[in-house]
Amino acid sequence: MPFVDPTGRAIINGLQGGFPLTHRPFRDASARLGLSEGELIEGVGDLLEAGQLSRFGPLWNAELLGGGVCLAAIAVPPERFDEVSEQVNAHPEVAHNYERSHALNMWFVVAAEKPGRIDEVIGEIERETGLAVYAMPKTREFFVGFRVEV
Amino acid sequence: MLDAIDRRLIAATQAGLPLAWAPYRALADEIGVDEACVIARLKALLANGAIRRIGAIPNHYALGFTANGMSVWDVADEAVAGIGAKVGALDFVTHCYERPRHLPLWPYNLFAMVHGRSRGEVGDKVAELAALIGSAARAHDVLFSTRILKKTGLRIAA
Repeated sequence: MPFVDPTGRAIINGLQGGFPLTHRPFRDASARLGLSEGELIEGVGDLLEAGQLSRFGPLWNAELLGGGVCLAAIAVPPERFDEVSEQVNAHPEVAHNYERSHALNMWFVVAAEKPGRIDEVIGEIERETGLAVYAMPKTREFFVGFRVEV
Repeated sequence: MLDAIDRRLIAATQAGLPLAWAPYRALADEIGVDEACVIARLKALLANGAIRRIGAIPNHYALGFTANGMSVWDVADEAVAGIGAKVGALDFVTHCYERPRHLPLWPYNLFAMVHGRSRGEVGDKVAELAALIGSAARAHDVLFSTRILKKTGLRIAA
């Protein structure tokens, strides 16, 4: 388990949402975390520097901003895995790509500013690889209350 | 709809907020509006869901949550709404979606992503999910990620 100091722990466990929209938000958030304004600002900077936070700020919802996002999967023959991985990753619209333990062994996310572009990218990947791409767009999203606890 | 100021705000905050005593004023100076405008815009974007939340966005891997299991469930279509709501409410589920089946290869229509410090911990949590969903699930599986092949931030046009 990577080391997180008490200040970092207070920030991660207590500030994954609800950062105030006020003139002095770090001051206004710091009291309930048991920190001073300066300690909070410095603590966030330390967590960012350590890579334990990927960002501090608004988490934007890409789809509500007009973009399109779609999960897709391919059953890649094992001997072609690296080659197909390169072909898929070469598309700038492919944001994430994971190898997973299943006959459908390659899972990636296609994200595009124009939702119509998603189907085009999937079609291009099918033509380039000669493999079927299974599109798995979300048809419903359920609210999640997830918070990482450290 | 987003206007030019919203788009400037998105571009200016994609890497995060300035770490300053008055971060919204710093942002306002950067995009050429006043602080009250930035705060009002962010409040509206948070209220309509364009911003999911504002705060610390943890890097799961760097914090030791190195195992992630995509649990997938074959649930009757008419039961998905109720079960999805219950599953999403659990504090170890990071994403929960209904998606289309691709029969016969892929019979699963409910996806719940589970993060943990080890595969064992993820497996225990999936067992909790199985107990919660009970006989409403006709089948389920857990797909562990065995390799990250690509990971870039989601870029949003501004």
